[in-house]
Amino acid sequence: MPSDSSTTGVLIQARDVSFSYSSLHAVIEVSLSIPRGAMGALIGANGSGKSTLIRLLAGLLPPGSGEVIFDGASLSTIHPRERAKRIAYVPQSTSNAFPFTALEVVLTGRSPYSGRFRFESSQDEQIALGALDALDAAHLASRHITELSGGERQLVTVARALAQEPDVLLLDEPASALDLKHRTQLTRALRRLRDERGITILMITHDLMLLDSAADLIFAMKCGRLIASGAPEIVLTEAVLGEVYDANVRTMRSDGRTFVWSEL
Amino acid sequence: MPSLSQRARQSDAAELKAAVDNSRPDKRARVSLHLRVALPLLIIILIIAFLVGLYVGYQPLSLAALKTDPIARAVFFRLRLPRVVMAGLVGASLAMVGAALQALFRNPLADPFTLGVSGGASLGASVAIVFGLGLNLVGVPFIFIAAFVGASVSVLLVYRLARSGGGTMLPGALLLAGVVLNLSASAGVLVIQYLASYGRALQILRWLIGSLDVVGFDLIWKMLVFLVPGWLVLIAHARDLHLLATGESESAASLGVDVRRTERMVFLASSLIVAVTVSVGGAIGFVGLIVPHAARLVFGQDVRVLLPASFLLGAAFLILADTLARVVISPGELPVGAITALLGGPVFLLLLRRQQRYSAL
Repeated sequence: MPSDSSTTGVLIQARDVSFSYSSLHAVIEVSLSIPRGAMGALIGANGSGKSTLIRLLAGLLPPGSGEVIFDGASLSTIHPRERAKRIAYVPQSTSNAFPFTALEVVLTGRSPYSGRFRFESSQDEQIALGALDALDAAHLASRHITELSGGERQLVTVARALAQEPDVLLLDEPASALDLKHRTQLTRALRRLRDERGITILMITHDLMLLDSAADLIFAMKCGRLIASGAPEIVLTEAVLGEVYDANVRTMRSDGRTFVWSEL
Repeated sequence: MPSLSQRARQSDAAELKAAVDNSRPDKRARVSLHLRVALPLLIIILIIAFLVGLYVGYQPLSLAALKTDPIARAVFFRLRLPRVVMAGLVGASLAMVGAALQALFRNPLADPFTLGVSGGASLGASVAIVFGLGLNLVGVPFIFIAAFVGASVSVLLVYRLARSGGGTMLPGALLLAGVVLNLSASAGVLVIQYLASYGRALQILRWLIGSLDVVGFDLIWKMLVFLVPGWLVLIAHARDLHLLATGESESAASLGVDVRRTERMVFLASSLIVAVTVSVGGAIGFVGLIVPHAARLVFGQDVRVLLPASFLLGAAFLILADTLARVVISPGELPVGAITALLGGPVFLLLLRRQQRYSAL
């Protein structure tokens, strides 16, 4: 467990991290830090290396060079099961071949805490139900995962990550399959998790409109490199976004919020 | 930082109760409950199947004859009892491998037969028969080593074929790869049979059809030397397989599962088990498909329950299927593989239809 002196410091940090898929340089010398309890957003065009970077931060890929530091220790030295108690990862999409119930799926988030031959306790079950509840999805508990809509399934996957009781939640486009209602619901739930439980969050998103009210920090990637980072008002500018997306991006500030659109 | 568990305990009791009530009451602690109900029930079923298998035959079992007649005793202890035990071992093995492969590939239609693993083992074994069945390598029959090589190559090939072109595995691609492997393997067996001498070709044919005929327990002890480690490896990975079955390999990895290692161990154990069963009884299809799905209907989806449940149910299933094979055209005998295939084909089609509802094949 983190000591009290470090509660305000950096929780997760990338130091000159690079990663290549055979010949493709997906992530190139990226350095970033996310303070404990912050909500960060990772933006960039498709194929800019966002998903690879978030997998590196989750410890699912070993960096080709550089290092990911988690709570003062190199992530590669942390045992995967210990890591799973502190870092939770929500993949972009999940396919489900078997009709597990939503509760069974969420319960797998408890597996880092129980032994190889042990089943979940009723306390684990309460935690899993609490995780669903935190996302206003308790009503899904006994539904079969194969019968849920894409958005509902995404909520279940986030609930599984919450059941891990992590310090950090890393989400790869959690809102992509969600309609406006569910997207707002999820973003509100994530903000509440940050505020009430101090969970550090980094999410990949293409939804620039929700960003400046939700995120404390925005990281912008292009062609594998981090080209901008900082508070929303620093990153969400016409110059930065224009470069990130190679588009004629316009922004407008009103009511203390930034509105983003692109000219054709 | 308040943990989720603390929050759950502190949270409004009514709210939590509502959440619990929403999930059906039988969902509470259902997992361990299921295993506690499943195991005794399945053991009873297995014992009944075992007794039926022992009793039914060309001549029904007679306890009086067993006491007095040495020939009846020999027939019972040297032929019928070993055969029933053999059927149980092969059925249990194939069913558990099927359940494990279904979880590993996240595909309800996976089974040693549909993935071409049995086919590969058959090809390996046919090669061995043609080039000298009697050969031994440090006490291990050459036919078994060849079957193991064939099974391992198939499982790796089917995995590579289905995975090529990206991280995710399409269920359709997996099955197509299995079909292609099966066709190639049977073509290979045909070529070998065509080129082989008449006697050897007949030997291969008899062997491919498969039979659980066995005299005495010597062979059974030898099989157990390889089967038991294979079973233990699969059971030891039940949790990892459960985590793989509930989501993507990435989700499992983020929960602390060493996915590559799990895949390697399950492939190795499955190849070993399939090689042993194919070497002894030929390619008996669809046991690994029917049995895990029957177990799912009763005991739910949890792979940690499914593996032991499929093991016990598979033993009972093949004992009964073999009993049927022995008596249906008595005094003649049907190959047990024909019985399982006749039952398995329709089940496969039914599952295929259901599968298309939630994933594009």
